[in-house]
Amino acid sequence: MKVKLHGTRGSYPVSTAQNQKYGGNTPCVEVTEGRQRIIMDAGTGILGIDFGAYQDSDRIDIFLTHLHMDHIQGLAFCKPLFNPNQKIVIWGPADSEESLKTRLNRFLSPPLFPIPLRDIPSQLEICEMPNQAVEVGPFRILSEYISHPGPTLGYRVESGGKVLTYMPDHEPTIGRQGLYPEDEWVSGFDLAANADLLIHDSQYDAGEYQQKFGWGHSSLDMAVEYAERTGVKKLVLFHHDPNHSDAQLDEMFRAIVQNRSLDFSVEMAVQGAEIAV
Amino acid sequence: MPSNAIQMILSRQLADSLSVPVFLVDPEGNLLFYNVPAEAILGQKFEDTGPMPVGDWGTNFFPFDEDGTPIPPEGLPLVQTIHTQVPAHRTFWIKSLSGDSINISVSSIPLIGRDGDFCGAMAIFWNNKRNL
Ligand SMILES: [Zn+2]
Ligand SMILES: [Zn+2]
Repeated sequence: MKVKLHGTRGSYPVSTAQNQKYGGNTPCVEVTEGRQRIIMDAGTGILGIDFGAYQDSDRIDIFLTHLHMDHIQGLAFCKPLFNPNQKIVIWGPADSEESLKTRLNRFLSPPLFPIPLRDIPSQLEICEMPNQAVEVGPFRILSEYISHPGPTLGYRVESGGKVLTYMPDHEPTIGRQGLYPEDEWVSGFDLAANADLLIHDSQYDAGEYQQKFGWGHSSLDMAVEYAERTGVKKLVLFHHDPNHSDAQLDEMFRAIVQNRSLDFSVEMAVQGAEIAV
Repeated sequence: MPSNAIQMILSRQLADSLSVPVFLVDPEGNLLFYNVPAEAILGQKFEDTGPMPVGDWGTNFFPFDEDGTPIPPEGLPLVQTIHTQVPAHRTFWIKSLSGDSINISVSSIPLIGRDGDFCGAMAIFWNNKRNL
């Protein structure tokens, strides 16, 4: 698999001279295997995807973790949505009260957006993630609800014997020192277990997290502990706080890796980076 | 062991932060977790026991009714909620570790996820002397 990070920023997009290194677009990750592709989340990063490029399939599959604005903001302006010949499948979390379609329609309709969902020209299908795996081309995609406000999924994508786990918004324990000792009590454990690549929330530094219990995000330390615990091979720290400049993110990263010996590699998510899995 | 549902994991986090005894069971009635205040009722520590089958935990605290008749597991609110998937409540007596009889009320609620799946039940045990 090739994993391209089109948007790495959490909460809202930023565009200042101080945010150029890690990028300012909100979450979107393009996963390709040969000429097949799936897309994780539809933040403003989705606008950077070249939809005309190499694609065997005649449909585009987009997997939404949840409907917070930073994860769907790019959807409305995504060109394939306006192509009547384009098949698009949007997958996302079910909720007990309203369908995924009804909830998405709140955003994709006036007055927030000029065109109601039903008038979007593409052949759009909206599917709630089932309890079992979904197969799209070479990809096998599993999901589970994880700890974050509102119905939120984490994803495990398997292809070619490799595993990508995507948890952009995740607070595995809320204001508690450390994860529970038993694996079955760790949010999303089965999704992340032994993944080749884990893309995980790391919005705050340890001090900031003390003021943000229950906001649904992790500190860098929490993400590293989670990766250690689940036995992943590589961790990408994702969903950077829009208030953090490149210099601050550099410093946060330096602080997290110094004097620590980890048996997996860890790096900061950089918009535009491509990672081979 | 497969991961617990997120509703169960978050319930444990809630239970961890409460000063009243809380029990969490899965749909088969296995006691998945009990918090520190609940350890005093069971006379055991979660750290030591881990999860317990219903036959073990249901009789551990010697529940009995007004007449002194022992209450079998199926008479306990938590076990009823597991069978019916609806809330249950009952006031009864238990024997403390020191041999005293304590009058308690137990309320249990089903934990049903967003997808409608029943993933277990949570009960709080209330010592009726506490606020009297
Ligand atoms: Zn987010
Ligand atoms: Zn979110």
